[in-house]
Amino acid sequence: QKNGISNGTLNKKTFIEHFEQAPMYVAVLTFLGFGVGTIFGYLRDFMRAWGLEKRNIATEREQQKDFVPLYQDFENFYTRNLYMRIRDNWNRPICSVPGPQFDLMERVTDDYNWTFRFTGRTIKNVINMGSYNYLGFAETDVNALKTVTIELQKYGTGICSTRQEMGTLDKHVELEKLVANFLGVEDAMVFGMGFATNSMNIPALVGKGCLILSDELNHTSLILGARLSRATIRIFKHNNIQSLEKLLRDAIIYGQPRTHRAWRKIIILVEGIYSMEGSIVRLPEIVSLKKKYKAYLYLDEAHSIGAVGATGRGVVEYFGMSPDDVDVLMGTFTKSFGAAGGYIAGKKDLVDFLRTHSHSAVYATSMCPPVAEQIIRAMKCLMGLDGTTQGLQRVRQLGKNTRYFRRRLHEMGFIIYGNDDSPVVPLLLYMPGKIGAFARRMLEKNIGVVVVGFPATPITESRARFCVSAAHTREMLDTVLNALDELGDFLHLKYSRYSKSAHPELYEETRLELED
Amino acid sequence: MDIKSMKNYLYWLYCQFELITCSYLMEPWEKLLFYTFNITMLVMLLYAAYIFVPVHISTAFQFFLHLVGNQHENAVSVMK
Repeated sequence: QKNGISNGTLNKKTFIEHFEQAPMYVAVLTFLGFGVGTIFGYLRDFMRAWGLEKRNIATEREQQKDFVPLYQDFENFYTRNLYMRIRDNWNRPICSVPGPQFDLMERVTDDYNWTFRFTGRTIKNVINMGSYNYLGFAETDVNALKTVTIELQKYGTGICSTRQEMGTLDKHVELEKLVANFLGVEDAMVFGMGFATNSMNIPALVGKGCLILSDELNHTSLILGARLSRATIRIFKHNNIQSLEKLLRDAIIYGQPRTHRAWRKIIILVEGIYSMEGSIVRLPEIVSLKKKYKAYLYLDEAHSIGAVGATGRGVVEYFGMSPDDVDVLMGTFTKSFGAAGGYIAGKKDLVDFLRTHSHSAVYATSMCPPVAEQIIRAMKCLMGLDGTTQGLQRVRQLGKNTRYFRRRLHEMGFIIYGNDDSPVVPLLLYMPGKIGAFARRMLEKNIGVVVVGFPATPITESRARFCVSAAHTREMLDTVLNALDELGDFLHLKYSRYSKSAHPELYEETRLELED
Repeated sequence: MDIKSMKNYLYWLYCQFELITCSYLMEPWEKLLFYTFNITMLVMLLYAAYIFVPVHISTAFQFFLHLVGNQHENAVSVMK
């Protein structure tokens, strides 16, 4: 039934992940840059406090000065003084479909990014290296969207109800059956929003007296769901099996904190692909640990569903494992399917429980029909049920693009994090001054990138994150790579000591030792 | 031709300085303040070096010479 397990039993690929450290002078210079920025931040704050400069952020009225402060000034120090200076690189409005190329609205600022105004022109055909459009399903081709148009005309756009009241359409039932079929599990349930799927369903599954073991770099939706559930949360180092095993052993030996009773439930929260690092979870080892210590596993495949695996079925297929090994499979339709929403899949008992007990099912509006139809047509395309091999071609094209892009970036000498097979490619920039310079110059060359800085990443490791798509042609990738080459030389970003590739013994390798 | 590549190299170095110390992000008056401060510090350092370094080096040289000279004399006196 399934052919081509990309990392399974016989032809096991080595699990190669790179997290190269930059030379020491880079860290020193980064701190120097932040130091200068902080000093000037204090200077500007002083000037604002003493009225030498106009205050542009929210302040209280004169009459409220003696009350408890409403706006905590110091907490936004970083936002006010560093983020504002480079704010033009984020929240850029786009005015076309976010396919492999898109149009941007041009905007300028007169007062150093405190306010923007649109000039009225659009920047056309900017190469899109930031959208999570892994399989290229964000398209406006009329033939492709035929069924979506029909459903839109049949159902309209609003549901005006929650799942439990009158919001379950036949489209939802069809979609859920299709998702369950796609993943190879018994049943699935879909929700209208991906973030809400995590944050509203974890509280339904765990409660007080349970233990959550969550990875260091988990997404905010998982952390929010874990905190809302009021279970005890313990954090293990990123993708580090020894750390996880130690926590599991301690949990089982010592039990709950004061009473030393056994934990009601132990659940491990991991993600398929971590979006800031580009690393893939070590699923076989985690599953063997979970079986040994009798814990549950919650796998968030937001970025990996559709993007890894021989036929696009996510990390479970990538490692050649059976979906029965994972207790709760969660994913989103935002990334690879060009729609919006999330799903939770697993055994029928689990999904039936969630249908009655999840906050999302009871209170949140269900997914709207045209979006559900878009997911149905994308999934049918992926599974080959529409009679073409287009889906498989897209998955293969994504794999090819990913490997090509990563190989060329390694050869050029940039520091890239993550697994060789993940389509999320973070390129390390390190210094705060370079964040703004990089994004602006890439836009001048007509390439749109996403840069990430301090609060979302550790302070010394700011990065530019590229998302490779199946819709990118080889020419587009070459354009981007040439621009990166030039920019890397100009901004001096090529810190890697292992450039000119082809030295596998220099990378850290872990062989997967699975018995099968 | 060499002057042009030299000028380009110097411009590139200046850009690197701007990026590393975040002066790329500063408004013009902040840049003025920052550069004035840096150049003042640098000039003061060079002036202090110009005044004091030759004196220190010659003093150190004399000290070591004295040390070696003394040893020589002691050796001579013992041999006698």
